[in-house]
Amino acid sequence: MSDLTRKTAAELAELMTSGQASSVEITQAHLDRIAAVDGAVHAFLHVDTEGALAQAKAVDDKRTAAKKSGEQLSPLAGVPLALKDVLTQEGVPTTAGSKILEGWKPPYDSTVVKRLKAAGIVILGKTNMDEFAMGSSTENSAYGTTHNPWDLARIPGGSGGGSSAAISAYEAPLAIGTDTGGSIRQPGAFTGTVGVKPTYGGTSRYGLIALASSLDTPGPCARTTLDAALLHEAIAGYDPMDSTSINQPVPAVVEAARNGDVAGLRIGVVKELGGEGYQSGVEARFHEAVELLTKLGAEVVEVSCPHFEYALPAYYLILPSEASSNLAKFDAMRYGLRVGDDGTNSAETVTSLTREAGFGAEVKRRIILGTHALSSGYYDAYYGQAQKVRTLIARDFAKAYEQVDVLVSPATPTTAFAIGDRIDDPIAMYKNDLCTIPSNLAGNAAASFPCGLADEDGLPVGFHVMAPVMRDDLLYKVGAALESALAEQWGGVLMTKAPELEVTR
Amino acid sequence: MTADVLEINDALTQYDPVLGLEVHVELNTKSKMFCGCPTEFGAPPNTQTCPVCLGLPGALPVVNAKAVESAIKIGLALNCEIAEWCRFARKNYFYPDMPKNFQTSQYDEPIAFNGWTEVVVDGETYRIEIERAHMEEDTGKSTHVGGATGRIHGASHSLVDYNRAGIPLIEIVTKTIEVPPAKAAAVARAYVSMLRDLLFALGVSDVRMDQGSLRCDANVSLKPHGSTVLGTRTETKNVNSFRSVERAVTYEITRQAAVLSSGGKVLQETRHWHEDTGITTSGREKSDADDYRYFPEPDLVPVAPSREWVEELRATLPEAPSLRRVRLQEDWGFTDLEMRDVINGNALEPIVATIELGVTPAAAKKWWLGELARSANESGQDLDALGVGPAEVAEVQKLVDDGTLNDKLARQVFEGLLAGEGTPAEIIEKRGLALVSDDSALLEAIDRAIAANPDVVEKVNSGKPAAAGALIGAVMKDMRGQADAAKVRQLLNEKLGI
Ligand SMILES: [Zn+2]
Repeated sequence: MSDLTRKTAAELAELMTSGQASSVEITQAHLDRIAAVDGAVHAFLHVDTEGALAQAKAVDDKRTAAKKSGEQLSPLAGVPLALKDVLTQEGVPTTAGSKILEGWKPPYDSTVVKRLKAAGIVILGKTNMDEFAMGSSTENSAYGTTHNPWDLARIPGGSGGGSSAAISAYEAPLAIGTDTGGSIRQPGAFTGTVGVKPTYGGTSRYGLIALASSLDTPGPCARTTLDAALLHEAIAGYDPMDSTSINQPVPAVVEAARNGDVAGLRIGVVKELGGEGYQSGVEARFHEAVELLTKLGAEVVEVSCPHFEYALPAYYLILPSEASSNLAKFDAMRYGLRVGDDGTNSAETVTSLTREAGFGAEVKRRIILGTHALSSGYYDAYYGQAQKVRTLIARDFAKAYEQVDVLVSPATPTTAFAIGDRIDDPIAMYKNDLCTIPSNLAGNAAASFPCGLADEDGLPVGFHVMAPVMRDDLLYKVGAALESALAEQWGGVLMTKAPELEVTR
Repeated sequence: MTADVLEINDALTQYDPVLGLEVHVELNTKSKMFCGCPTEFGAPPNTQTCPVCLGLPGALPVVNAKAVESAIKIGLALNCEIAEWCRFARKNYFYPDMPKNFQTSQYDEPIAFNGWTEVVVDGETYRIEIERAHMEEDTGKSTHVGGATGRIHGASHSLVDYNRAGIPLIEIVTKTIEVPPAKAAAVARAYVSMLRDLLFALGVSDVRMDQGSLRCDANVSLKPHGSTVLGTRTETKNVNSFRSVERAVTYEITRQAAVLSSGGKVLQETRHWHEDTGITTSGREKSDADDYRYFPEPDLVPVAPSREWVEELRATLPEAPSLRRVRLQEDWGFTDLEMRDVINGNALEPIVATIELGVTPAAAKKWWLGELARSANESGQDLDALGVGPAEVAEVQKLVDDGTLNDKLARQVFEGLLAGEGTPAEIIEKRGLALVSDDSALLEAIDRAIAANPDVVEKVNSGKPAAAGALIGAVMKDMRGQADAAKVRQLLNEKLGI
């Protein structure tokens, strides 16, 4: 039953409910698919075959028992998922894409993993990412680059390139990503899949190896809007273990994804996110999508967010500042890599040698940047100033949301670029996240939905939707409307246009 | 080479000391500052830890509300303003016993600030301004193995116990303390002692200096008489008894005076206090370049105690120590001089606790200022570190009251207690200290005394009953002191028919 990997999560759940497939069969099909294509894609850093099958078996047993007792299983029970390697899973290697954590097996589950397990979602393994989520291509992973299933010579985006590549390569129907400046949405855009960054505080960060604490947000990756919403609902909600978690009911995301009605919805096109520097094919698909939404009854206006142009520099001060402090714990004393402990070196020397060997170039660059930005005498000019910009950006959003319900833009200025293309030009790499960063700085909800292929390179383009804090449902409303309208044109979701990967065994 | 230190009097004729005291208080909350781990002292190493206090990747802190409550109480008791809104901040620096390599503390937004308190030294009251009291977490504890000194220098390896990591701390910082130079060291001691009493009364900490739940860092600098320019200061770390506070401050005054008067420069540095030798030695050199790169802790939300809550807590505060002292003196009927002895001897709290156990004020004072204070002085310990507490004192006094012991025997019981020989009952048993209450044994001794002293009996019989005192003395001697003198008198009187 190899076609099991082509099903959506919702379809797989239905197959299990109706008894046409078991979780073990579905899980095995995906493990087989991973074995067949991951050599070329390299989406996974660790495949937990035994753990996944054991979990699948447990769900199947529970389903059998539930038939007698009448107990309801969670909607996604038995559906497999790929987990970004930045979230802890008890006893399963977790590296955050870094050498410095090689071999570390966390003694505890992150809250996201706890909720996945509670929902009976089967975790296939850990996906590749830029080291400590610093990057937009997975080229900064210490364990090699992930390849874009649409074109293996190209990057899948980052930092969560592994998660998005896994679902677009049909290695998993669902994946978890984390989004600090676009790490869910940009890979979603580059791989023709759905990527959602929930409201900051809407999903728990407990057990997420921190990059920038005030920005990091775990969220769902999927091939359809409904699948993303189902996963969103499974992982979201208040967590007393995360002080920044929001104690409010989860927005009605599944309902919104099922009824994608945008009639009367006020949509603002952000003036500053377009024009110069944007690939023509990206702009063309974006504007077509806006027109399509207009036809569906949405009221579209142009909105100005004048401070968005300062988002990128502010982000590259706040993120490294927090990261420089968050990464200080990797000192070779308690876990992970330890270099130079030969009985003669001091603890300080061992720490230095380990950090030299264990951290990649981009990580070192950002630690130095952040350490400098926080230094006394520079703090006000850098970190302090960046926080002010953050406030101004939040005000831009607040003002915009007085006029409109959601804001839209392209998810990225370009489509997926070639491996090696921007690795030596950090600024060009950073510009990838121009459209996605403002939402992280303001903490509101945002998502990327597939909206077609660019004419010049035939690669996927992402349609970016931004919504106010705790109005994540609006993202799904727009995403679902767009998805069904486009599916009518294409005869299915965009992913059906993806080239077939060569299967090796 | 010039002398290492000047005589204190010589030092004070040339320089005025300027003090600042930083006191760290471990709170006695059941759980740690940012996680649910227990805080009991003395548990086996690394048994009270979790992903949060071990700083494991991904773990996040959650503020202990009880610790915030204690911090506010401390702030209020020190007459501070309580912040309406404040944040935690990360203090970034590397040290192996600090799991995250930053300490979650408070920086420019402390929970309590701008307070004051008073201390009494030799009957004079001195006001001490409080700069701030802020919340933070304790670090783990390193043990350096293989070196001669127990310090990291020369050690072959180090062991780290993270049980202490994350225990809630309140750091109380004074403003510059300027008092008459000759009083500086005594005021420093009195301040720490007063804080101990205050924190004890608040019930927010065990305040055991010997266990490190109250730790004092003393900043000392000197300025030449009449000068307004502050000198370079040193920070003497972890001075762990009241007596040491006074000694360490005095030592630093005399050391810095020697350096300055020989034309040298005082280095800005951390210094270590050595209890045994009574000196400080150079530790880490500090400079203005020390940069902790503080920034607001992004993993925590701001703390914004409502005014209603603050007022509720204010209403629960025990009375101010100075008012309480006046009230206690009246209740107990002590003279000013007696009360001063009690305060200077750090015996106020033990006496209060002993009286609460049913002992009369006079008896409580007798033991605490007598036997126990003497022993503390001799061994150079603080009164509360002796291992004899109010419970033992009350127990001994009860034995005196019921006639099992007299004062002389009771002193021997205290001797035994201080030597760790067991409970009062065990000591009485082992040392054979109980009074002889067996009438027949006493009567036999009385008969022997009468037989041996016919002249005294003669005197008594000739109408001089006061002469019987000599017979009582003889009986007591015969009984080697282990008899109740009143009982002997009664039996003797019966025997002699007086
Ligand atoms: Zn803990």
